[in-house]
Amino acid sequence: MGSIEQASHAPDHNMLSVVKRQRIQDFFFHKITLSFSLLVLFALLGIIISLLINAWPALAKFGFQFIWRVEWDIVNDEFGAAIAIFGTLVSALIALVIAVPLSFGIALFLTETCPTYLRRPLGTAIELLAAVPSIIYGMFGLFIFAPLFAEYGQPALQSTLGKMPIIGGLFGGAMNGVGILAAGIVLAFMIVPFIAAVMRDVFEIVPPILRESAYGLGCTTWEVVRSIVLPYTQKGVIGGVMLGLGRALGETMAVTFVIGNSQRLSASLFSPGTTIASTLANEFGEAADFHLSTLFALGFLLFVITFIVLSLAKIMLIRAEKAKGTKT
Amino acid sequence: MLKMKSVIAAVGLSVLAATSWAADITGAGATFPYPMYAKWAEAYKAATGTGLNYQSIGSSGGLKQIRAKTVTFGASDAPVSGADLEKDGMVQFPAIIGGTVPVVNLEGFKPGELRISGPVLADIYMGTVTKWNDAKLAALNPGKKLPDQAITVVHRADGSGTTFNFTDYLSAVSKDWADKVGKGAAVKWPADSSVGGKGNEGVAANVNRVKGAVGYVEYAYVKKNNMNFLQLQNASGKYVSPDDLTFAAAAAGADWFSVPGMGVSMVNAKGNDSWPISTASFILMYKKPADKAASDEVLKFFDWAFKNGKKMASDLDYVPLPDALTQQIRTKVWSEIK
Repeated sequence: MGSIEQASHAPDHNMLSVVKRQRIQDFFFHKITLSFSLLVLFALLGIIISLLINAWPALAKFGFQFIWRVEWDIVNDEFGAAIAIFGTLVSALIALVIAVPLSFGIALFLTETCPTYLRRPLGTAIELLAAVPSIIYGMFGLFIFAPLFAEYGQPALQSTLGKMPIIGGLFGGAMNGVGILAAGIVLAFMIVPFIAAVMRDVFEIVPPILRESAYGLGCTTWEVVRSIVLPYTQKGVIGGVMLGLGRALGETMAVTFVIGNSQRLSASLFSPGTTIASTLANEFGEAADFHLSTLFALGFLLFVITFIVLSLAKIMLIRAEKAKGTKT
Repeated sequence: MLKMKSVIAAVGLSVLAATSWAADITGAGATFPYPMYAKWAEAYKAATGTGLNYQSIGSSGGLKQIRAKTVTFGASDAPVSGADLEKDGMVQFPAIIGGTVPVVNLEGFKPGELRISGPVLADIYMGTVTKWNDAKLAALNPGKKLPDQAITVVHRADGSGTTFNFTDYLSAVSKDWADKVGKGAAVKWPADSSVGGKGNEGVAANVNRVKGAVGYVEYAYVKKNNMNFLQLQNASGKYVSPDDLTFAAAAAGADWFSVPGMGVSMVNAKGNDSWPISTASFILMYKKPADKAASDEVLKFFDWAFKNGKKMASDLDYVPLPDALTQQIRTKVWSEIK
């Protein structure tokens, strides 16, 4: 007994050196991981600065007007980003409108009602879909989807939704299969696996005790989902949707194949349009001087748009959590 | 150990240096002639052991590279103006001739069965002629039953020498087009129905998928995909089909040395058999190259290609330059490279 007390009072040399070594280890570990994180920050800053420097001639000439100018005339050096911004936002919005309910349904089925023997194969299939390169979706869109869409999809839409007041104009015009709506649908195909995979994963982490208790109280599956699963996983669900939206906003090859690449604003979703990313992909190779600078300005705007979207998502999350009272 | 490493490094470096000395002419630029240059390069390597490293990054990319002096020659589909050549101290000469062809997707017509004139083609791309049974088209095709189908205009979405060639032609035959749209590697397409495809294959794919579509592609794509092309009225009022003979006829009619840098536009060329949307693809080199040896290798390559590459050019549906012209290039242009 006495010897132990003695040992704890009189610091052992051996132990001191161990502690010292561990402190040094911790110190370096901290610094190294810090420098790794700072690297990300520097890369981000570097990208923003180099984009701005290259975009400066265009931004200086057009100012903020660049954002809402409806013009893209390479021969006469007249540029505006409105058409590309419109196409980017609308195609991403269409993709979300289609993909979110679909993914939600897939995730729900997989976690709540799917027979166990189907769960693995279906889940793996979704993960595999997420790994398909985007150019494959583009080729599928142009060679298989677009002709079918022109033959069956667009006439059906025009004769139903196209007849309705107000939104009817969205489905007017020539039916050639490619266009903003087609791009939105192909984008939806692309982002469904992402959103569904994330949603499934977060639905699965709901503690069984909560779920079982609700079932025990006599809740239906839908009631369990609405009042237990969704509130518990809100953050993850919004995160998954944002991941999909981010991918849709920046998608390049798949969109370039099916959107029609036309620098024109039109009321109809059937008409061809363009997005920021597809404009960059198409025109970067042959751009020179001022035109190149406007492309950098477009790239900068895409950066800003993505930033705004992510910030909005964060704000939404914080508000939702405040309303629940989990954060003050 | 250290010694070992440095020895390995030295050996590696010397191997690298040796290969870069022995071979590889470097060039960059236009995508349109790339298959031709690649084929020539393959044969040239087999014959002489010297390779060609050509990056088909697009005409303006080629201009950037040669101005930055990272390559020994640049290639461009659109000729550089005499003033710019003077400023940069460069020479320019054509290397190969090809043509751009209007193609359509219309059921019930054989390739080349329908005819069109330059001004009506411009009207279609302008968006003022929107149906295939328009009176203007009917007047050019008496006795043919044209369908009551909307026209979808297909163009290149990416900047391209093919687009320059095509819009150069439309500007030449239609004042309206020249004033409102103009010519360039990419332009503001005015027609409401216009759809852009990426690359020749993108345009070809869109034309093949969309019923009632009209587009323009390089001749090789027409032949490869057996596409339905239009006969085009040339400057002499004759209707011609695209092939190596009509391209060559257009080249024969051109007065190459009338413009500094040989930057003659071959569109709407005179002559009964001339295909009106023919074009040459150009090579750019410095008059006073930094690396004389590399520059000489480039000239040797093209000298060899002009002499021995004609059959290969025809096989790939390009048109080789006539002998008289290549002789003039040797004496008048290459002699300027010191």
